Amino acid sequence: MTELSYRQALNDTLRAELTRDENVYLIGEEIGVFEGSYKITAGLLAEFGPKRVVDTPISEEGFTGVAIGSAMLGLRPVVEIMTLNFSLIAIDQIVNHAAKMYGMFGGQVRVPMVIRTPGGGGQQLAATHSQNLEVWYAHIPGLKVVAPSNPADAKALLTAAIRDDDPVLFLENLALYNAKGEVPDGEQVGEIGKAAVAREGSDITVVSYSRGVVTALDVAEQFASDGVSVEVVDLRSLRPLDRDTVCESVRKTSRAVIFEDDLLSYGIGAEISATIGEGAFDWLDAPVRRVAAAEVPLPYSKPLESAAMPDAAALSKVIRETLAASGFTGGRRG
Amino acid sequence: MVDVVMPRLSDTMEEGELSKWLKNVGDAVEKGDVLAEIETDKATMDLEAFDSGILEKQLVEAGTVVPIGTPVAVIGDGSGANEAPAKAPRAKAPRATAGEKPGAKEDAAAQQSTPDGDRDPEPLDEEATRRPGRSSAPSSQQSEEMGSAHSSRARMSPLARKIAKDHGLDPATIIGSGPQGRVIRADVEAAIASSPPAGAPARRDAGETVRDDEVVPVNRIRKVAAKRLTESQAVPHFFLTSVVAVEKLLDFRTELNESLESHGTKVSVNDLFVRAAAVTLRRHPEANSSWNDDSLIRHARVNIGIAVATDAGLLVPVVHDADTKDLGSIARETVALAGKARDGKLSPDEMSGGTFSISNLGMFGIDQFTAVINPPEAAILAVGAAVPVPMLRDGHLVEVPKLKITLTVDHRVMDGAVAAGFLRDLVAALEHPLRLIV
Repeated sequence: MTELSYRQALNDTLRAELTRDENVYLIGEEIGVFEGSYKITAGLLAEFGPKRVVDTPISEEGFTGVAIGSAMLGLRPVVEIMTLNFSLIAIDQIVNHAAKMYGMFGGQVRVPMVIRTPGGGGQQLAATHSQNLEVWYAHIPGLKVVAPSNPADAKALLTAAIRDDDPVLFLENLALYNAKGEVPDGEQVGEIGKAAVAREGSDITVVSYSRGVVTALDVAEQFASDGVSVEVVDLRSLRPLDRDTVCESVRKTSRAVIFEDDLLSYGIGAEISATIGEGAFDWLDAPVRRVAAAEVPLPYSKPLESAAMPDAAALSKVIRETLAASGFTGGRRG
Repeated sequence: MVDVVMPRLSDTMEEGELSKWLKNVGDAVEKGDVLAEIETDKATMDLEAFDSGILEKQLVEAGTVVPIGTPVAVIGDGSGANEAPAKAPRAKAPRATAGEKPGAKEDAAAQQSTPDGDRDPEPLDEEATRRPGRSSAPSSQQSEEMGSAHSSRARMSPLARKIAKDHGLDPATIIGSGPQGRVIRADVEAAIASSPPAGAPARRDAGETVRDDEVVPVNRIRKVAAKRLTESQAVPHFFLTSVVAVEKLLDFRTELNESLESHGTKVSVNDLFVRAAAVTLRRHPEANSSWNDDSLIRHARVNIGIAVATDAGLLVPVVHDADTKDLGSIARETVALAGKARDGKLSPDEMSGGTFSISNLGMFGIDQFTAVINPPEAAILAVGAAVPVPMLRDGHLVEVPKLKITLTVDHRVMDGAVAAGFLRDLVAALEHPLRLIV
């Protein structure tokens, strides 16, 4: 075990995979000389040269298409799109090409590529640069979407994504890059499509992913000191979605709150809520609640931005309301 | 509109006294505001609003004790308030009416984190509602109103419903302590804990075909009957049986009906029993009484309940002041009451106030049976079928119709000898039917 930042775990993993497999290469804007807008690719150009670490113009549709074509011919590109927001320029390539090839060509061709991209707000980058559009991609069969919440999962899931034979959208988060955590040494290959119980509890389930898990774990810790046992489920993968782990948790706790960085309407939480309704209905003692972002273009102003984003206070409030709605009598306040 | 219900504020709380209102009808209330003080079995606690809006109604007066789950107030948008201000302040209107928040209604399982109290997101909402294309979402208030039109089904969490079903409990009998009276797991578990264990499941030998029991939901009549009959089990009973020779009674009835034919009135045997019981009770006030914990109540009126079998279950409409009514009046009244009973149209008045009841299974060929007292009455008469009995009269063997009547008695109210005296006089009245017309 070594304590690493999320950023360093990604950097180490890219280096390890570039070293292990000569078909792996990186492509994106400013990832070489500038070492990436968020320094995920620091040192890699110097180490592996410009054929393995390819700088591109501002041309998301073009370099994503290059990656798709090269993946179809046997390479394993790892695309960096500077933020998830810019993936919209390449969405036709991702949705109509990368995701469709395998099925439309009868399994004759695979597209083993990874698109790494950070989402999320909170950095005062304003509405167009602060979005959580992951559900757009999680909606598409043919894609896989992973969203690790900690450095260890970032390492294990990035390794798995690079070795996966299907296109994987690897969702990072600007607020997580400096987060530190213990990371197992040596090769770690995660399982895409497997959620984790990040914290065990018995009174209420909080389902989240990516940055939200960090907040959820903090909130769970606070509730623990009040005698409330909060279970936190980290989805880790939005497609495939591990519905069993979610439902199993709710069958244990009878209460569920979903904490999501995206928008409420048609968001990840809507899918999780429906999943719980289908898989754990008879175990629910209170309505499933969602804590999501306000449905506004995210403001630039710091106070307004903070007000619009879901945070620990909002999550705590909804947890308390859900407990109260179902006659929770445990805990010190009970 | 949302009902505010008496909450369960402690594990042992079954009812609470709304000791003091702190908000008046027409007041704007915010979620979390204290509406009233509630005195429980343990302490005085605050009744908080779960919803924002206008306090439209206070359903109970200060000082009233009500069971948990009982609605005590209504919070709405002010349109239904009796004394609401002419215009409710906009800021206090339920926020969920903004089209931007179709999901904010609690029962839609929706929650947006930010449009809630501590953050003051109103400007965002107003901005959002001005945007085109977003106003078509139904407001939660509309949804609430649509929902209330179908509110006859009890609110119940799925988990609570499942546990209740597993235990054969009727959800409608469980009082909910959740929001808007929702029945939650804790309520069902409390109901299970407080109900007597169901009969032990029948043993099954290996290899025997498994036939699952069917849980049949029951209607309100059967529920009430079950409750009353269970209460009756606590009454110390004894039973007295007499044989009544009813030859004269039946002849009297025939003669009476012939003479009343032009009036369209037909007196039944049961009417004769009602009248006989009533005139006998008038002379035996000790049998027209109720146990009152540490005293007896001697009822001034003689009101006879008659057990009527209906498709919906047993009903006991009451002939009030039967001792002051003639047989024709009683006959017309019992026909009307029985008809209403079968149609489910009896009013509460017509089913209450009984001081004595009669149950007649003679028409089913039952010779003799004991009936269960209908509390707080002190006795009930069970009437069997008239059967021909051979008898010597003037040296000849003749058939005489006789029937058996059995009096079930609350021993707290009457001792055996007193009850026997009443029954003896009742038999005498039935055997000398002319006494029924004086």
